[in-house]
Amino acid sequence: MSKILIRGAKVLGGDVQDVLIDGETIAAVGTGLDAGDATVVDAEGQILLPGLVDLHTHLREPGREDSETVLTGTQAAARGGYTSVFAMANTFPVADTAGVVEQVWRLGKESGYCDVQPIGAVTVGLEGKQLAELGAMHDSAAGVTVFSDDGKCVDDAVIMRRALEYVKAFGGVVAQHAQEPRLTEGAQMNEGVVSAELGLGGWPAVAEESIIARDVLLAEHVGSRVHICHLSTAGSVEIVRWAKSRGIDVTAEVTPHHLLLTDELVRSYNPVYKVNPPLRTERDVLALREALADGTIDIVATDHAPHPHEDKDCEWAAAAMGMVGLETALSVVQHTMVETGLLDWAGVADRMAHKPAEIGQATGHGRPVSAGEPANLTLVDPAYRGEVNPAGFASRSRNTPYEGRELPGRITHTFLRGRATVVDGKLA
Amino acid sequence: MMRHLISAADLTRDDAVLILDTTEEMARVSDRPIKKLPALRGRTICNLFFEDSTRTRISFEAAEKRLSADVINFAAKGSSVSKGESLKDTAQTLEAMGVDAVVIRHSASGAPYRLATSGWIDAPVINAGDGTHQHPTQALLDAFTMRRRLVGKDALGQDLAGKRITLVGDVLHSRVARSNVDLLHTLGAEVTLVAPPTLLPVGVEHWTCDVSYDLDAVLPKSDAVMMLRVQRERMNAAFFPTEREYSRRYGLDGERMAKMPEHGIVMHPGPMVRGMEITAEVADSDRCTVVEQVANGVHTRMAVLYLLLGGNEPAVSHARPTDSENK
Repeated sequence: MSKILIRGAKVLGGDVQDVLIDGETIAAVGTGLDAGDATVVDAEGQILLPGLVDLHTHLREPGREDSETVLTGTQAAARGGYTSVFAMANTFPVADTAGVVEQVWRLGKESGYCDVQPIGAVTVGLEGKQLAELGAMHDSAAGVTVFSDDGKCVDDAVIMRRALEYVKAFGGVVAQHAQEPRLTEGAQMNEGVVSAELGLGGWPAVAEESIIARDVLLAEHVGSRVHICHLSTAGSVEIVRWAKSRGIDVTAEVTPHHLLLTDELVRSYNPVYKVNPPLRTERDVLALREALADGTIDIVATDHAPHPHEDKDCEWAAAAMGMVGLETALSVVQHTMVETGLLDWAGVADRMAHKPAEIGQATGHGRPVSAGEPANLTLVDPAYRGEVNPAGFASRSRNTPYEGRELPGRITHTFLRGRATVVDGKLA
Repeated sequence: MMRHLISAADLTRDDAVLILDTTEEMARVSDRPIKKLPALRGRTICNLFFEDSTRTRISFEAAEKRLSADVINFAAKGSSVSKGESLKDTAQTLEAMGVDAVVIRHSASGAPYRLATSGWIDAPVINAGDGTHQHPTQALLDAFTMRRRLVGKDALGQDLAGKRITLVGDVLHSRVARSNVDLLHTLGAEVTLVAPPTLLPVGVEHWTCDVSYDLDAVLPKSDAVMMLRVQRERMNAAFFPTEREYSRRYGLDGERMAKMPEHGIVMHPGPMVRGMEITAEVADSDRCTVVEQVANGVHTRMAVLYLLLGGNEPAVSHARPTDSENK
């Protein structure tokens, strides 16, 4: 493989350095490195980060290839600066057997744009009744370590307890979609002032918070670790903060959209803002930013949820829940966290690469930018300003809530084990 | 005048008073031997009903016919909608057939708003009730009924300033309650909602009204009491323990009605559940305006259709007060 010299980037937003990639590995990091026969990438003014890791992506294949495939999803990931994504299990068929997770894993290998680590379902068919063969999925070629019924909550306390205990045998982690189902029957949006006016069924914060409270206590009781998906309320932040202070082994993620958007947007009845958990209030948004800054929330995860146009071009109640996010995540984080002074670029690298790789055990990802490490890297131009134009997405779906909104930052290059997957903002 | 009628909250005080005044004119037309105006001759209006509601559909249909419009009734049941056709395709199909306005009833809150704002069609959209969101023509006909009864027949140009209106029942699931709170506030009335806490939405404290759990305390201060329909099935979802307990605490019977001021009226959007939220004695008393509300509904819908579609020509030969005269 060829050599690449990234010239003059601010590594993790700090000192300006050159980074020499030789084959799949970072060969040297320093100033005034000799290009020799390497291809030079002029990165002046740009930020070099480890390739981003998304612990929460819906790639939709198998089953809903009309909204996304592993190929288009990983292309979208590469354009967003990601070198590793974890694919959620709610496909058709559900990824609840070794066969399905191996299929997704193999499709990821074939795509070549981004590593794909399948997440296995906790229960058969995501039905919350019987544990799926978690061990078989772990022992498969896919080597599953993260298990989740995402889209549905493992609401039965006994099933959740058993799952938390069982995966300890092979160092797995259960990622909980915290949503008490009875409290959210018919739920359409955050329950509060806006839902009362709009006459849309409410999704109360307590439906999330009560499950998180239960699960951190269960994790403590059985000595397991638990990961909380897409935490969305100020109250959830308080519970996770309390649990961490108590020494409970809990990690949590927040989505970019919950860091920026509020339920006021639902007044448009435009289903592009329909997502689960729902957009909350300004107060929640500020609490989530604060929690991501102070480490109570460990990571940013996109919950990239592609849907075909017709599933959003309809009345609110009939629309699907979810937003695409891979290609806008870093811009939203720059806007909400970096430009507000809450997080520096090293902090962004931690929340979007190091920590998610650690939680999901994504070998070779989220590593330091130093010699000898795998060359999984992304270059960001932080000075860029532009309106989000979904027509330019690599994702097969366009259901972004940011269309026409000006956001900062642009991924110029992404390198997966030394090979450029994105060059000058375009797929390589 | 606005292009669509989606929410009672979109109406200004002057818009609303203009509709009420126009309704008064339409009511006069209905007293004539020939109850028809040529205002919408040659215009086609589609009643697009995705949810069964015979009384609202008939009321709109009567209003449209009395304005000489051509009427198309479209019920989702048995149509292509039941075979999976989208709201967008249905609406575009109708528009392609030359529909000049769409009256829509839908079980999904916000469906009329989507229809009016998504660029799917150009025709004016009139909300005939969407989910648990809004039912603006109901609020207008209620306000008209209140103005006639509490202010008088010669109340042209006037609003409901200072009138004390109490709404009782299932506010949580009621588009009638939401529309009425919005419109009555705009018209200057003081609104109180009475319901068990389970049937009030979280966030109701931000509404432009008071809330009480005690019907008996509110009745003596009510110029009008509007009883909202309570579905018996709600008790299966634990909104209240039993039908009898609901009736005892929140139902209106003769004894309770006697606590109202002499001039106080009892209203109901229908259909009534006799024995649940209202006793037969109250429903059949001359203080109860249910039948009047139905008649006023046709006149109100005539006024709305006329103002949205009919342009600026006076509806009938005698002059209507202009906005400036109203002030």
